[in-house]
Amino acid sequence: MKQKTLFTAAAVALLLVFVVGTLLYKSERINEATQTAAANGTVLVRPHSPTLGNADAPVVIVEFFDPACETCRAFYPLVKQIMAANPGKIRLVLRYAPFHKGSDRVVAVLEAARKQDGYWPALEALLAAQAEWAPHHAAEVDLVWRHLQGVGLNLEQLRTDMNSPEIASLIAQDLADTRTLKVTKTPQFFVNSTPLLNFGYEPLKQLVDSALRETQRR
Amino acid sequence: MHTSETSAALRSDATAWNLLFTAWLVASVSTLGALFFGEVMQIPPCVLCWYQRICMFPLVLILPAGLFPPDRKVVRYALPLTVAGWLFAVYHVLLVAGVIPEGMVPCTEGVPCSEQVIKWFGFVTIPLLAVIAFSIIILLLVLAHIRGSK
Repeated sequence: MKQKTLFTAAAVALLLVFVVGTLLYKSERINEATQTAAANGTVLVRPHSPTLGNADAPVVIVEFFDPACETCRAFYPLVKQIMAANPGKIRLVLRYAPFHKGSDRVVAVLEAARKQDGYWPALEALLAAQAEWAPHHAAEVDLVWRHLQGVGLNLEQLRTDMNSPEIASLIAQDLADTRTLKVTKTPQFFVNSTPLLNFGYEPLKQLVDSALRETQRR
Repeated sequence: MHTSETSAALRSDATAWNLLFTAWLVASVSTLGALFFGEVMQIPPCVLCWYQRICMFPLVLILPAGLFPPDRKVVRYALPLTVAGWLFAVYHVLLVAGVIPEGMVPCTEGVPCSEQVIKWFGFVTIPLLAVIAFSIIILLLVLAHIRGSK
């Protein structure tokens, strides 16, 4: 009888320690991430990044994304939906976190397309065809060209531009910033420098809504 | 004569039970610890970690089967898993230390087994914790077996 009590008490104690430890760890992480983002405002938004929407919008969504990431593709229309629902109030800043193998080359293609003012159509064309040029979670830059043909870009020029040192240093800077901001997964969202820690569409929408409410009050 | 024998048997039984119970405690702490690293801190486990988990997690359920009612035969069922886990853990420690070159083991994409994600006090790594845990469990099981067979 005594043994059973001892065993049950030990099992309950262990589980309790685990649950309390988990809760403490999670709340600690949320504090940490918020502080990191707040302390690194200049790191969060760089002038070199592609942006979408009103330049003076009160709410800024910073998205660290990887063109080869499936969840990023799935979120792209959702983010645009949120923006369309609040016209003029939200600006999207895209930062690169090319964590998939080979996707830094695809980022270079996108940046070269930006030089020809074809960034967003190129991005949308590539996201639509993602499964074809990024099979098995590895991006293959040789497979993207076919999907860019209808976009109206000078592909010859683009192939030269994508190897420019500015593009390489932009990608290196973004990758360095992912380390500073402890971005390890894509997409990672920051809404007015608050990181989205409970990932999902609803949490993102709530975070944006609360930021909108906050700016209206001011 | 008879009564003293019985009480000696009872005492050794109680000692064997305590040893098995302690082994279960070590296995449970290790299991919850591994789950904390993997699920809460979200450190992706490499292939070798998975093999060690395969050996550790079942002990949490197997050992209590020998506690209620006390059955020292459980040592025979738990020991093979424990020894296998110990071997994987020792291999893993040697791999991290660089004694065994990497490339000999297949690793999960993006999670090289030789990577050290945790280093407490400069030398305590996850595979070292696993070696310690498996060693303690082996010792306790063997002691419980000897005690129980007396």
